[in-house]
Amino acid sequence: MKVLVLVKRVVDYNVKVRVKADGSGVDIANAKMSMNPFDEIAVEEAVRLKEAGIASEVIAVSAGIANCQETLRTALALGADRAILIETDTQLQPLAIAKLLKAICAKEQPQLVLCGKQAIDDDANQTGQMLAALMNWPQATFASNVIVANGTLTVTREIDGGLETIEITLPAVVTTDLRLNEPRYATLPNIMKSKKKPLETTTPQALGVDVTPRLTTLNMAEPPKRAAGVMVADVAELVAKLRNEGVIA
Amino acid sequence: MTCLVIAEHDNSSLKSATLNTVTAAAQIGGEIHLLVAGSACAAVAKSAAKITGVTKILLADAAHYAEQSPENMAALIVAHAVAYSHILAPATAAGKNIMPRVAALLDTAQISEIVAVHSPDTFVRPIYAGNVLLTVQSLDAVKVITVRATAFEATAESGQATIEHLTATADVGQSKLVSRELTQSARPELAIAKVVVSGGRGLGNSENFHRLLEPLADKLGAALGASRAAVDAGYVPNDFQVGQTGKIVAPQLYIAVGISGAIQHLAGMKDSRVIVAINKDPDSAIFQVADYGLVGDLFEIVPALTAAL
Ligand SMILES: Cc1cc2nc3c(=O)[nH]c(=O)nc-3n(C[C@H](O)[C@H](O)[C@H](O)COP(=O)(O)OP(=O)(O)OC[C@H]3O[C@@H](n4cnc5c(N)ncnc54)[C@H](O)[C@@H]3O)c2cc1C
Ligand SMILES: Nc1ncnc2c1ncn2[C@@H]1O[C@H](COP(=O)(O)O)[C@@H](O)[C@H]1O
Repeated sequence: MKVLVLVKRVVDYNVKVRVKADGSGVDIANAKMSMNPFDEIAVEEAVRLKEAGIASEVIAVSAGIANCQETLRTALALGADRAILIETDTQLQPLAIAKLLKAICAKEQPQLVLCGKQAIDDDANQTGQMLAALMNWPQATFASNVIVANGTLTVTREIDGGLETIEITLPAVVTTDLRLNEPRYATLPNIMKSKKKPLETTTPQALGVDVTPRLTTLNMAEPPKRAAGVMVADVAELVAKLRNEGVIA
Repeated sequence: MTCLVIAEHDNSSLKSATLNTVTAAAQIGGEIHLLVAGSACAAVAKSAAKITGVTKILLADAAHYAEQSPENMAALIVAHAVAYSHILAPATAAGKNIMPRVAALLDTAQISEIVAVHSPDTFVRPIYAGNVLLTVQSLDAVKVITVRATAFEATAESGQATIEHLTATADVGQSKLVSRELTQSARPELAIAKVVVSGGRGLGNSENFHRLLEPLADKLGAALGASRAAVDAGYVPNDFQVGQTGKIVAPQLYIAVGISGAIQHLAGMKDSRVIVAINKDPDSAIFQVADYGLVGDLFEIVPALTAAL
């Protein structure tokens, strides 16, 4: 079966972003960019399915500016077979991305789409569920274990009270949680090889998708800072302070 | 303008995050209806009818709503959406699973995890692990929203809503529950506890985590939480994780033990009222958000603190 894996280019998780002085956006002109960490987990899972002989082909897809090619090359170095970039300078919101991916799914006919549960920049946690809805496919979000057998998918999901295991029919969308696997690093030979793997570019226009944003950003601001705290010398002082705050008896 | 709030429950009792979500709906304005979908869940509808501000309970009771699968829930919600200007659910694992599906079927953008309501179409939500607060305006006819419970008070329960029975939508199938392994605990629920004791990699292993933190949590009537590192290393189950990609908590007192204070962790706890940090490294980032910091070896400090309470 064909597996599609979605990869987003985001500000690296170690970078503390700053809001521009006029509140119009964040200043990421010189920030280090990386593949969204949850997408690394998605790529790893797809590649393992290929190595297990379950996936026949792994196709990495990214939507955004031309630089997303770098993220796709990383996915290729990690083991994806080919890549598709949906290139646009328009700021994409999850609904638009889901519509773009629906168009790609119509063309590629994958049996499984793997993506991250959440992009660490917009923290939306929407795209996979939206794609599943538009395709009328089942979904298994926040996956910490995935088994494919006999045309069904058995997925263990991280939920608020613990874990649950569900069985869903294929084709389906799975979104990854942190404990699904530990992604590998790209080796130098594989990075070299990835440069020769096919990377096709398309556009929202070519796919016939209107990507006009539905949500308008009015402002971005940094949250209020907490008042500076104090260091206490020992346990006795800590207990006295906490009693004074009224948070312990 | 009428808001529909999706109730979260386990077929026998209502989850408290629903009450915070109703408060967000009340701030939007207009009438508030509440959807209770489940199986043999009439008791939930009855208790939900008491939520202040809710005028009508929509009760959809059928076997295929028992697990509230996103496929069946989205079909049901979409079938009733035309009557509503806003559809809201708590930003819990369940709400996050269902609502984007609803939004996509309605061709609407979802506004995730709002922390403030400015007007019926303008909301504030954190992005970049809480380092940025984004104010967004929605241009869609129906607004689909998830609500961060810690940012809104729980509404009172002195109302008297009517209960209307809905005809069930067809079973979508596609998904089947195999099993659930829920963490059993006599402690308060992490997301709503007044006091949280959280442990990180500094605890070293699962045995230490429990041996040191349980007695402290017992004394304080606290819930236990953890950093991602502690969960990944298997000290505690996944549902203990506090942070950007775990649970968001805002207790009266948060005690961070052996946690360095990565931004992803801070995202989940920095709105707590009083934060205490215990860490041997005076330069660790956790001290920047702590009201009270104590530098030293947690293996000495935690037992001493437990004894002093
Ligand atoms: C996509 C993504 C999502 C993430 N989501 C989350 C999330 O939701 N929640 C989360 O917590 N993290 C999350 N993280 C991980 C985060 O970046 C940090 O790696 C993690 O929070 C570190 O956990 P820690 O503080 O327990 O461990 P460490 O950073 O290793 O810190 C351990 C601390 O213990 C102290 N210590 C050690 N021994 C002792 C002792 N004897 N006495 C006192 N102090 C001691 C050390 O000084 C140190 O400060 C995420 C990361 C990524 C990439
Ligand atoms: N622009 C994009 N290109 C490719 N995949 C994306 C894009 N945006 C989101 N995704 C996928 O959807 C997941 C969830 O993103 P979000 O809904 O924005 O939190 C991400 O982890 C990616 O796998």
